[in-house]
Amino acid sequence: MSFSWQSVYRFLTRAVVGGLLLFSCAGCGSRAEQRADLVIINGAEPESLDPAIVTGQPDIRVAGALFEGLVRNDPHTGAPVPGLAERWEISDDGRLYTFYLRTNAQWSTGEPIMARDVVYSWRRVLSPETASDYAGQLFYIKNAEEFNRGEIKDPSRVGIKAIGPRTVRVELTGPVPFFLDLCTLPTLAVVPEWTIERYGDRWLMARPLPVSGPYELVSWRINDRIRLRKNRRYWDVAHTQNDRVDVLPVGSANTALNLYETGAADIVWDKELAPSELLDVLLKRPDFHTFDYLGTYFIRINVTRKPFDDPRVRRALAMAIDKTRIVEKITRAGEKIATHLTPPGIPHYDPPNGLGYDPETARRLLAEAGYPGGKGFPTFQYMFNAAAGGAAKTHEKIAVELQQMWRQELGIHMELRQAEWKVFLAAQSALDYDLCRSSWVGDYNDPNTFLDLFMSWSGNNRTGWKDPDYDRLLREANSRADPAARATLLQAAEALLVRDAVPVLPLFFYRGISYYDSTKIQGIYPNILDQHPINAVRKVR
Amino acid sequence: MYFLKRLFFLLPLLLLISFLAFVLVRVAPGGPFDKERKPASPEIERNLKAKYHLDESFGKQYERFLAGLIRGDFGPSLKYRSHSVTDIMTQGLPISMTLGLLAFGFAMGTGIPLGLITAVRRGGWIDLGGSFLAILAVCVPGFVVGPLLIMLFAIHWRLFPVGLWGTPAHAVLPVIALGLFFAGKVARLMREGMLGVMNAEFVTAARARGLSEGAVIIKHAFRLAVLPVVSYAGPMLADLLTGSFVVENIFQIPGLGVFLVNSSLNRDYPMVVGLVLLYAVLLLGLNLVVDMAYRWLDPRVKYD
Repeated sequence: MSFSWQSVYRFLTRAVVGGLLLFSCAGCGSRAEQRADLVIINGAEPESLDPAIVTGQPDIRVAGALFEGLVRNDPHTGAPVPGLAERWEISDDGRLYTFYLRTNAQWSTGEPIMARDVVYSWRRVLSPETASDYAGQLFYIKNAEEFNRGEIKDPSRVGIKAIGPRTVRVELTGPVPFFLDLCTLPTLAVVPEWTIERYGDRWLMARPLPVSGPYELVSWRINDRIRLRKNRRYWDVAHTQNDRVDVLPVGSANTALNLYETGAADIVWDKELAPSELLDVLLKRPDFHTFDYLGTYFIRINVTRKPFDDPRVRRALAMAIDKTRIVEKITRAGEKIATHLTPPGIPHYDPPNGLGYDPETARRLLAEAGYPGGKGFPTFQYMFNAAAGGAAKTHEKIAVELQQMWRQELGIHMELRQAEWKVFLAAQSALDYDLCRSSWVGDYNDPNTFLDLFMSWSGNNRTGWKDPDYDRLLREANSRADPAARATLLQAAEALLVRDAVPVLPLFFYRGISYYDSTKIQGIYPNILDQHPINAVRKVR
Repeated sequence: MYFLKRLFFLLPLLLLISFLAFVLVRVAPGGPFDKERKPASPEIERNLKAKYHLDESFGKQYERFLAGLIRGDFGPSLKYRSHSVTDIMTQGLPISMTLGLLAFGFAMGTGIPLGLITAVRRGGWIDLGGSFLAILAVCVPGFVVGPLLIMLFAIHWRLFPVGLWGTPAHAVLPVIALGLFFAGKVARLMREGMLGVMNAEFVTAARARGLSEGAVIIKHAFRLAVLPVVSYAGPMLADLLTGSFVVENIFQIPGLGVFLVNSSLNRDYPMVVGLVLLYAVLLLGLNLVVDMAYRWLDPRVKYD
């Protein structure tokens, strides 16, 4: 039997040539681009880069490089420092802010940035048609909430006005001590009116795209890369360090590590992108950096369900958790254990200590509530979400650990329920759970960003717990201009939350992980806001 | 005539499919705007729903969708609010298609010869080794092959990039990772087809006419033996073209595969419906092509 190798060979060459032809065609579609001066792996693909829409950390990092507001973050501390406004005045009662814009502030297309641009941008966030998730960050401005609700139609009644070509006056509903911090959020950044009015929802695709921040948007290919180029008309262009920056969206920790290790990326700055299986090895390396930031991992309790309507039961649960074991055995990045909700390190505020690990008292409380030794305590569920990458495993491990601790210390039985993210959120909002995993990352450097979650009316409460005293304490605190008096009221509110009523069980404070070779990359400073302006990052050659 | 009729039925079928996708994705619990960070007031959520017409009645929403469809507009993505579904598909589809066609070429180019050789050399060590390789390729999943290839060829020997997309070198490892399974499958189908045909009467007749063994195999036996591969090629191509969640994820390739999974997890209604329709068009279209190829390859096949 002679087999014709020739025909097979012919067939194969055809296949290969065909493949190559196809490929060269593919090449013209996505031409190979040169490596940028700085390549940053930034976490998930941004949902948007429109300052009025962004809410996630990866989105905010890029949107903040494109659009600046009156105030920006200091790269060292994250504290508010002058941005497009060179200075401001605050009235004695803390309700009136007057911002003076820089005379050299201009759009990347050359037009000056004026007070009316600021007014337009802020009104746009509040306008119901924009449907901005973070419109609430502007609700501290007089009539802003009413305008967003549609109760007030006339935008000129909102407390933001251009009182001169380069002067903006903002009238607040009360003395909001963290208003300057809010001004650093991209939500309050300045955006180009004429481009938005012309192109509508797809204005970011317009070219040239006028930007107010240190970088221009060269290209944005979804799930591929965002390319930024230095804005030469930015008022502080002298301090912009890199000409071209590529921002890569990478969802998988292993891929991120591979890209970094082979030199395809300079910086990986998303906590989820450190492979958790390798954490013990990686954290010993000098190019892996950990830092504290404003994030808390906690458990929500549905207080509308028996037996969790009894605060004694909730306190017993809190005191039977050995949190040290969780951070040492499971999370392992040096997290601090949490007994209160507000992370440490916020200026002018010392959070009150909540309930510590005390199984003895926990058993006594449970007995007082009518369940001595866990007898008669119904089986309940702990809901946690399926998440991408390593986080899912962490949630599950913590759930198993809790299950074991509560069985051992209190003699009660808990079932685990893992739910897909959207199902999880829907169940949480509908109070269709017993206990559930939760976390929160602060938007600005003030206890309010954590404590206002549990106001009775808040959509982020999701525990069913309502306490007029808590609401009153928080409202009163936010009407005080004096930091010390305010702190006392906030402490009282937080103590109520984590010591007495306990609708939430704080477990630990997150620790951020980023990796970059600090002999080559400079200008990234640890701060609790986890804010690292891209224009301050420097690559040393 | 037959094919015209089939083309004619394609349209109502696609409509039905889009309707089902439209309904099912809305039945699933949770919605596109369910987020960990709830907006500061319920009005903000209401504004969001109003902006994307999710506050309208179901019938009205479907009407709006159909009107958009006629204009070739699937609407905005509800997850990636600055992009439209068409934007995302026009960016991702060419990449997924390139990757898929290359993997298709790889699977056919290695699978068919491997199947042929193992069938012709039946029982010998070539058959044994080749069949083993084919079974191995079928058994080892992409999420094992991908990282293995990266470890060896990208990290250890540094021959190819570990991920991303752009140059031909970026495609080599993902194409292998994606195509290997199908190559194994094609090889097995080809081998079985060939074994079945080799003893058929017309093959013996061809031999009796004094044709060389090579001509018998390529000109006569192959045409019939390749039929199972051809009928498998349709769904395989559709599978490959719409991208692979696993391989695109491992190699960080900006194709559509990732969206195929994530859009439904995100409850990105317009994106889900758009992708389902795209996939349906590809699948139905490719099946049609396969049936036509059948008729061309096997004169005994008749449709009416």
